[in-house]
Amino acid sequence: MKFAPRMFDRHTRRKLVNYGFVGLTMAATAVAVIALLLILWSLVANGLDGIGLHIFTMDQPPPEMPGGLRNAILGSLEMCAIGMVIAVVIGILAGTWLAEYGEGKRIAEVVRFLNDVLLSAPSILIGLFVYEILVRPLHGFSAGAGAVALAFVATPVVTRTTEDILRLQSNQLREAGMAIGAGKSYVIRAIIWRASRPGLVTGALLGFARISGETAPLLFTSLGNPNLSFALTQPMGALPTTIYQFALSAFDDWRALAWVGALLIAITVLAANIIGRALARGSHHS
Amino acid sequence: MSVESAGPSRAARQDAFFQALCFSAAMVLMATLAGLLVALVIGGWPALAHFGPRFFISAAWDPVAEDYGAAGPIVGTLVTAGLAMVMALPLAVGIAVFLVEFCPSVLAKYVSMAVELLAGIPSIVYGMWGLFVLAPWFALHVQLPLFYVVDPDSFWGHLFEGIPNGANIFTAAMILAIMVLPYIATVLRELLLSVPTHVREAAYGMGCTPYEVVSRIMLPYIRRSAIGAVMLGLGRALGETMAVTFIIGNSHEFPRSLFASGSTIASTIANEFAEASSDLHVSALLALGLVLFVITFAALVGARLLIGREKA
Repeated sequence: MKFAPRMFDRHTRRKLVNYGFVGLTMAATAVAVIALLLILWSLVANGLDGIGLHIFTMDQPPPEMPGGLRNAILGSLEMCAIGMVIAVVIGILAGTWLAEYGEGKRIAEVVRFLNDVLLSAPSILIGLFVYEILVRPLHGFSAGAGAVALAFVATPVVTRTTEDILRLQSNQLREAGMAIGAGKSYVIRAIIWRASRPGLVTGALLGFARISGETAPLLFTSLGNPNLSFALTQPMGALPTTIYQFALSAFDDWRALAWVGALLIAITVLAANIIGRALARGSHHS
Repeated sequence: MSVESAGPSRAARQDAFFQALCFSAAMVLMATLAGLLVALVIGGWPALAHFGPRFFISAAWDPVAEDYGAAGPIVGTLVTAGLAMVMALPLAVGIAVFLVEFCPSVLAKYVSMAVELLAGIPSIVYGMWGLFVLAPWFALHVQLPLFYVVDPDSFWGHLFEGIPNGANIFTAAMILAIMVLPYIATVLRELLLSVPTHVREAAYGMGCTPYEVVSRIMLPYIRRSAIGAVMLGLGRALGETMAVTFIIGNSHEFPRSLFASGSTIASTIANEFAEASSDLHVSALLALGLVLFVITFAALVGARLLIGREKA
């Protein structure tokens, strides 16, 4: 026998291989979608029961005592808010420079490149960096250092979105501003920024979504604090660090609180992502 | 009539000031990266000077004896990230191809949103899910059956050796694979969409099946940038901290099997830094951070160079 008998002719074989391939790509997509649903389901199944008013009105408890997550939630909000203010100011200005002044300059290419690298750099290294520049010299973990670390994580996100959004504005808009005799900086601030507002908000929301779940940069900057504190010079609790501590503990009620915290964070982050992306789509069409 | 006689006008001064302000903000970004590197070098120097090259090849990590060797975490980092890429790449290619070629457009919007949301879930949530859901499932349905079936003295027996609790290098890589999947899939999808329509239509016109068009025309067309997408995912997998810390078992032993507990650079730093007892311990952890910086920086720079900016 020189040739093994073929089960199918060439045409049928090609068709079958194609069906198999389509099936495999569907299966791959199903894996991703199922993973998402499984994770969301675990969060709801384990976290929903624990949610109640006490989560927002009581501080984190000692083991086997009733309690909530108030100190962690408020700590997260405070540090994220300060981090976002810093990130929005620096990010929008830096993105504006890249889009409006950096054209054709070598250094702009370098900044853009490094910003992209910073965007995906491991956030735990940011934690080490802030430890070295703020925590060690000042001899203590503090909420201020945590906020700065979060700002470093969010700034590249805001910079990137700002540049992309400003580039979408047409040059006629800039020329129209120049034509009525306004200076370049006035045109940028009064016309370009205003026209790009939904996009700039998107950048801020994506930055917020990125940092509100960040744990690693807080581990050695703000450290964590079981008591409610608003002082920037003191250690401060945050939702992610509390989840980290509680989830790895041996106490069932601490673990239950960790699931509640995880559910709250996931809802916040996913909402910020969805709203941000919806706004971004809206501004692309206008 | 001599209001604006001396020097540049008010508007010009304003313009110059605003431009300088924006420029300084951009410089803050450069300073951040430079500062990061300098801080890690200065902080890690005492340990590097004390141990020399032995720091990279020794697997001793003993805070009591003040003896630190980083081989365990370094190998753990490379192995988990590498395994994660092996698992994520076929899935990411499948998702990207499905979204571009086969998915009905009504559905595509929701599927790509689901994939994007997968990227939005915080690392700590992946960690909890991995520890409480994936690890027990894996121990019960994969590790235990293998434990009974595979001869412990065979090659596979050594590969699958380990305590069946699900907290090991392999499950950590599984979590990492799910986490980097959306990043790779999104870039690959953009790349596939960038293949010129006439190239695809020419192939279809010759009577190629969709499988042949994708595998022989489109994937080779984007090959170079696709390697960049993989390296982008690799960069993320290398530096991922919280999820891995939850599930890898955090053992300083040099990893000897797939199902053994291990550690990565990031998980070691996360676990020990806040409680590091001595200056040398802190310095050893910062030196580990420097190693992580160098590895991820190389991967990310490679990724950016291969993909180019527009598609990233």
